[in-house]
Amino acid sequence: MTRFGPTVLRVCRALLGPATADDAWSETFLSAMRAYPDLPDGSNVEAWLVTIAHRKAIDQLRAESRRAIPTEHLPERPSRDGVPGGWEGDLWAALKVLPDKQRQTVAYHYLAGLPYADVAQIVGGTPEAARRAAADGIAALRRTYLEGASR
Amino acid sequence: MTEPGTTDAAELFAALPEVDEDAQRRLHARLVAAADRAGILDVAYRTVDTPLGTLLLAATDEGLVRVAYDRESHERVLAQLADRVSPRILLAPARLEEAATQIEEYLAGRRTRFDLPLDFRLSHGFRRAVLSHLTEIGYGRTASYAAVAAVTGHPRAVRAVGTACATNPLPLLVPCHRVIRSDGSAGAYVGGPEAKLALLRLESAAA
Repeated sequence: MTRFGPTVLRVCRALLGPATADDAWSETFLSAMRAYPDLPDGSNVEAWLVTIAHRKAIDQLRAESRRAIPTEHLPERPSRDGVPGGWEGDLWAALKVLPDKQRQTVAYHYLAGLPYADVAQIVGGTPEAARRAAADGIAALRRTYLEGASR
Repeated sequence: MTEPGTTDAAELFAALPEVDEDAQRRLHARLVAAADRAGILDVAYRTVDTPLGTLLLAATDEGLVRVAYDRESHERVLAQLADRVSPRILLAPARLEEAATQIEEYLAGRRTRFDLPLDFRLSHGFRRAVLSHLTEIGYGRTASYAAVAAVTGHPRAVRAVGTACATNPLPLLVPCHRVIRSDGSAGAYVGGPEAKLALLRLESAAA
């Protein structure tokens, strides 16, 4: 558990932002502890944890959207929230405006280091589609985050 | 295979810490509390630094289940606990505060008996029977392997008594260090012969 804690935290932060990532992380490990005895030997624990984190993040986003006033469009301009835990606030702002699938595939492939076959299992679709979504996500991040940063 | 965008990605995430220590500590404490509330923290563990090296302590709901010396490899002991007790193991020092304190007091010569619930589930059959007899050997006293074999009702099982001591999951608490060879020499010990001598010296000095 200690081994994968940091990776899962990076994933949760990428999916939800630094402010609410803690809840998803805790939920992920708590359900992992509940389910762990049933995990077959030789399973890929990291992919399994990322899968749980994926579901928890979706639950959390749904709960948040129920609380929030529904809007047709996501905010265009990245907001400047605080930067707890050393996480780059601007990077999260850039991640937040990505389409869900791009943000997820970027997180699972680039931050958790899962191969696209595993990423596709988690988000649905083919590995090739996952690869394309992640590449699009990275390209978009590069535009919004890196160019925005080099002022 | 070159991955288009890999360099971009490295650049993008370069500023992120691999491990955020503060956050991990905070989250770990929160997880321990939540798991405890949910009743799914089966094994709590911690380490304690002593003159005999770093000891690993692990406890279940029933009591202290394992004490391990450095030389047993704590990593391997934790893996064993995951396998034989439950994989729901977390570093939870608060749960082992009392055990750590009593062990520290004992090793400082300020305590002659332990008052802690023990969980013997890692020991079975004859070995367990041997361990239950070891607790009858008082502080500062010793018994030979042969004498212990005799009390268990199997006077010829001297070697098996040695094995029971060597595989004692709760050294210190179950005083296998008080079992010595018939010729008076200390013999082997799960924590190493030097640790055994140190314990015997400690007890004979304080007793």
